[in-house]
Amino acid sequence: MTQGPATPAAPAHATVAITVNGRLHHRTVEPRTTLVDFLRETLGLTGSHVGCEHDVCGACAVLLDGDPVRACCIFAVQADGMSVTTVEGLAPERGEFSALQDAFCEAHALQCGYCTPGMLIACHDLLARNPNPDEEAIREAIGGNLCRCTGYQQIVDAVELAAAGKVAVHG
Amino acid sequence: MKAAPFAYMHPESLEQALEALTQHGADAKLIAGGQSLVPMMAIRLTRPACLVDVNRLPELRGITAAGPQHLRTGATTRQRDLQEHLELARLVPLIGAALHWVGHVQTRNRGTVGGSLVHADPAAELPLAALLLNARIHLRSQAMGERTVQASDFFISPMFTATGETECVTAIEWPVWDGPGIACAFEETATRQGDFAIAAAACQLQLDAAGICRRAAVGLGGMAGTPLAFPDLAGKLVGQRVTRAPARDIAEVAVRRTDPGSDLHADPEYRRHLAAVLLTRVLLRAAATAAPALVA
Repeated sequence: MTQGPATPAAPAHATVAITVNGRLHHRTVEPRTTLVDFLRETLGLTGSHVGCEHDVCGACAVLLDGDPVRACCIFAVQADGMSVTTVEGLAPERGEFSALQDAFCEAHALQCGYCTPGMLIACHDLLARNPNPDEEAIREAIGGNLCRCTGYQQIVDAVELAAAGKVAVHG
Repeated sequence: MKAAPFAYMHPESLEQALEALTQHGADAKLIAGGQSLVPMMAIRLTRPACLVDVNRLPELRGITAAGPQHLRTGATTRQRDLQEHLELARLVPLIGAALHWVGHVQTRNRGTVGGSLVHADPAAELPLAALLLNARIHLRSQAMGERTVQASDFFISPMFTATGETECVTAIEWPVWDGPGIACAFEETATRQGDFAIAAAACQLQLDAAGICRRAAVGLGGMAGTPLAFPDLAGKLVGQRVTRAPARDIAEVAVRRTDPGSDLHADPEYRRHLAAVLLTRVLLRAAATAAPALVA
C-alpha cells in the first residue's frame, strides 16, 4: 500500500469510530479513503453507489448526522465520531421497504437503479423536513442527483405518492 | 479517481492549525467543507501532502453581530446554516439571494462561506456577493497575526486570493445597509441550477420614499478572472429612478468592461449579451422590491 508523504509528521493511517445505520464500527483507514469507499469496501454496505467521484452526480448521497451529503466528497477520517445513514438504513426492518421505497416501485421511479440510493436519500430527507412538498420542492430536493433513465418525472410522481400515503406494499 | 495519499491532521485549536500551516507551508492545505477541494484532489488537479481539517474548530463557526454596521460569519459556517439564519436574511439579504444559486442541498450542507471565498472560482456566487458589498475578510497566521482584507483587494485571479500560504480565513464581516427601501436581486444562467454560472448578475439598491435611488451596488460573475463590481456605474444610478433606460445603459457599459472566457457552453459575445440582460433584470427587480408602488 502506498504510504503517506514523508513531509508532515502525521500517521499514515487513522482509527475511526463511525456509527452506520445505528451500529458503531471501529476501523483503521487510510486518510484518502472517501466515506463512500469506506461504506462499500470496508463495511461491505454496497447500497451507496460511486458514480462521478467528484461531487456532481449524487449517487453516493448519505445522511451525515441527519443531513444529506455526498459521501464521495468527505474522507472517512472526517466522519470520525459521526453518525451515517445509508440507503440500507431507510427501511424499518431487513427485507422490508419504507413507504418511499414502495412508492419508487409503484411509480417506476427507477430503471437501471444506479442513481436510486442517492435519490432515496434526497427524497427521504425532503419528506422528513416537508411532509407535503409541491413539485418545485421535490425538483429542488433532487436537483443534485443525476438520473439518466427516468427523465425524473416518475421520481417526482413517487415522492408525491409517498407524501399522499397511497402506496401499496411491495417490500 | 481517488485522491493521492496525504497525511491528515485535525487540530483542536486554531493555533494548532496555524502551527501546521507554518510548519508545512505549501505542502499543507486547509480543508473545511471540501466541496471544491475534494473533487480537485479526486481528479488530481491538486495533491496536497497534508490536509489540515478545520471543521471542528468552534472559533471559526457561527453568525454574530459585529457592531451595528456589520454581520460576522465564521469562515466554516455551512452554507445551509447561512440560508436558514433569519437574522442574516434580514440584515444581509444578498447572501441568501446568492445562495439560492449555490450548489444543491447536499453540497450546501458541507460547503462553507470561507471555503467558497478562498476557492475563488470566478463564477461562484458568494465571492460576487462579498465583492458587491465589499465585505471584510479576516485572515490569521503565526507570522502576520490577524489582518483584514477588503473584498475589493481579496480576489486576484481565478482561484487565487490575497490569502497567504500560511494564513487561514477566520471570518467574513458583511456590511449591513441600514434604513428603509433596501432590496437586492441575484440572477444567473447555468446549464442546470446549482452549477457554476455562465454569467451572473447581482445588485443591491436603496430607494427613498419617492423612488429615487440613494445607494447602489452592482456586479457581475463569471465574466472575468474574478467577480467584478462597478462602483462608478452604481454611483450613476444615485439620484435617479431605476427604470429600464438607465438600467440598460449601465448594463451595456458594464459588460464592455468584462473579459469573459469561451468554452463549450458559451462564447464571449453570448456571455456579454447574457450578462447585460441579467444585470438589467436584477436592477429592475430590486427596484420593484424596494419600492413596489413606485415602479411603473
